[in-house]
Amino acid sequence: MSTAPDGRRPAPAGPGLFRHPTFLAILGFLGFLGIWEGVTRFGLMSPIFLPPPSSLPTAFWREVTSGIWLDRILQSLDHYLAGLVLGSLLGIALGVATGMSRTLEGLTAWVIRVLRPIPGLAWVPFAILWFQISPAAATFIVGVGVFWINYYATLSAVQGVDGDLIELAESFGYRSRLVKLVKVVLPASTPGILAGVRTGLGQAWMSVVAAELFGVAGLGQRMNEAATLLASDIVVVYMLTMALLYGLVDAVFMLIRNRLLAWRP
Amino acid sequence: MAPVIDIRGLAIVLGGNTILEDFDLAVEKGEFVAVVGASGVGKSTLLRIVAGLIPSAAGTVAVAAAAAPDRRPYAMVFQDARLLPWRRVTRNVEFGAEGLSLDRKSRRARAEAALSLVGLGSHGLRYPHQLSGGQRQRVAIARALAVEPEILLMDEPFGALDAITRASLQDELVRLWQETGKTIIFVTHDIDEAVYLADRVILLGGKPGRIQSQHVVTASRPRQRDHVEAQGLAAEIRDNLQNTVSDGGGI
Repeated sequence: MSTAPDGRRPAPAGPGLFRHPTFLAILGFLGFLGIWEGVTRFGLMSPIFLPPPSSLPTAFWREVTSGIWLDRILQSLDHYLAGLVLGSLLGIALGVATGMSRTLEGLTAWVIRVLRPIPGLAWVPFAILWFQISPAAATFIVGVGVFWINYYATLSAVQGVDGDLIELAESFGYRSRLVKLVKVVLPASTPGILAGVRTGLGQAWMSVVAAELFGVAGLGQRMNEAATLLASDIVVVYMLTMALLYGLVDAVFMLIRNRLLAWRP
Repeated sequence: MAPVIDIRGLAIVLGGNTILEDFDLAVEKGEFVAVVGASGVGKSTLLRIVAGLIPSAAGTVAVAAAAAPDRRPYAMVFQDARLLPWRRVTRNVEFGAEGLSLDRKSRRARAEAALSLVGLGSHGLRYPHQLSGGQRQRVAIARALAVEPEILLMDEPFGALDAITRASLQDELVRLWQETGKTIIFVTHDIDEAVYLADRVILLGGKPGRIQSQHVVTASRPRQRDHVEAQGLAAEIRDNLQNTVSDGGGI
């Protein structure tokens, strides 16, 4: 940093009001809404192809008062949470098991190499064959995607546990795998496992929408329905609903995570 | 009385390399033994053998059993403190004691006593990352003491500390040793440290490693760091170490 001739440093330039992050964020957001609104107001695009933001409150209110909005949210949350919990738990469990056992890692190596690259949505035909168009099918699709994310996050977290800590546990006579798992491996890999769960939270929303496009009742199905009726304002209402739900779920998750990881500097 | 550690004809082979061969060592109860030698000569390996962390290829290793089910025969202190970052200090000290037949309350009491013994009685609620390097090493020592071991196995425990912290921890260790009467095997590459702390200094050398020489430190305690006799002994050990290295031993 340069020093003024009289030896004093210039005062550090703190962010003034107009460069304050919150101010900038609000400004940017309002600008975004303004441009969006302008595009239809000035006739650049038909409101059917791009519903202006000013049309959304009415559309939103219609959906809420008819009871459809809450219904669809609850249905989607049902698939979302069930798939998320099942997929995450199974992924974490298998990740821990393969991370702790060379034998299991060897046995599963090729199976995983074959199954892993198959995108979650490629399972849709089987989801329909096995579960028909039902909530279980949507849960399955969501679960498959979440499973792999958690499996890999957990596996690398477990394999990354400091071997010195394991040796420490052994030096105190903790020789059984289960004891080492509980005392060292699980707590040490919790940050990595939770990072996987969080990625899964986002990925699962995508799967929910995709799964429901095939007709399982929920947000995605309602969006598809509205789109075929050219009610694009309703589509946008549900897009924003999803953003809101994802934000809420992520915020709740971060609260829990921060409690669990309070020990971190 | 039978020695607390009695090693006979020990051989250790790790990854095809013979680390120690035809190795004998007996350590008496309450003895403070320092093990010195060039890096890679098998000093740490020797501790791990006593702790049962690695298998031996030949020979016998007899370690006195724990005196009671609420005690461990030995406990290790490593060069890096190896604290569990997710546990507060007191819970770290309890770590080893959790495997003993000991109820919650007595375990906590022991942990707190051990913490006071190392001068950290008021730090129990902190997390490891809130401690200095020296404090972390003290916690590691407290964790070892909390299992009330007969033998303390210390693997260059002060090697990563600054000179001032190291000197004060050395003095504390001697005080702890005198108060508790533990048997200590202390691995170090610092010959002055070995001579200052131990009753007996063992020099390992050669490939595979063997005992090159043993030196009894007769200086009375409390010791002076600049004691002439001790300095003479350190010089002698240093000479022997030079010879083992030039003979093609470890580097």
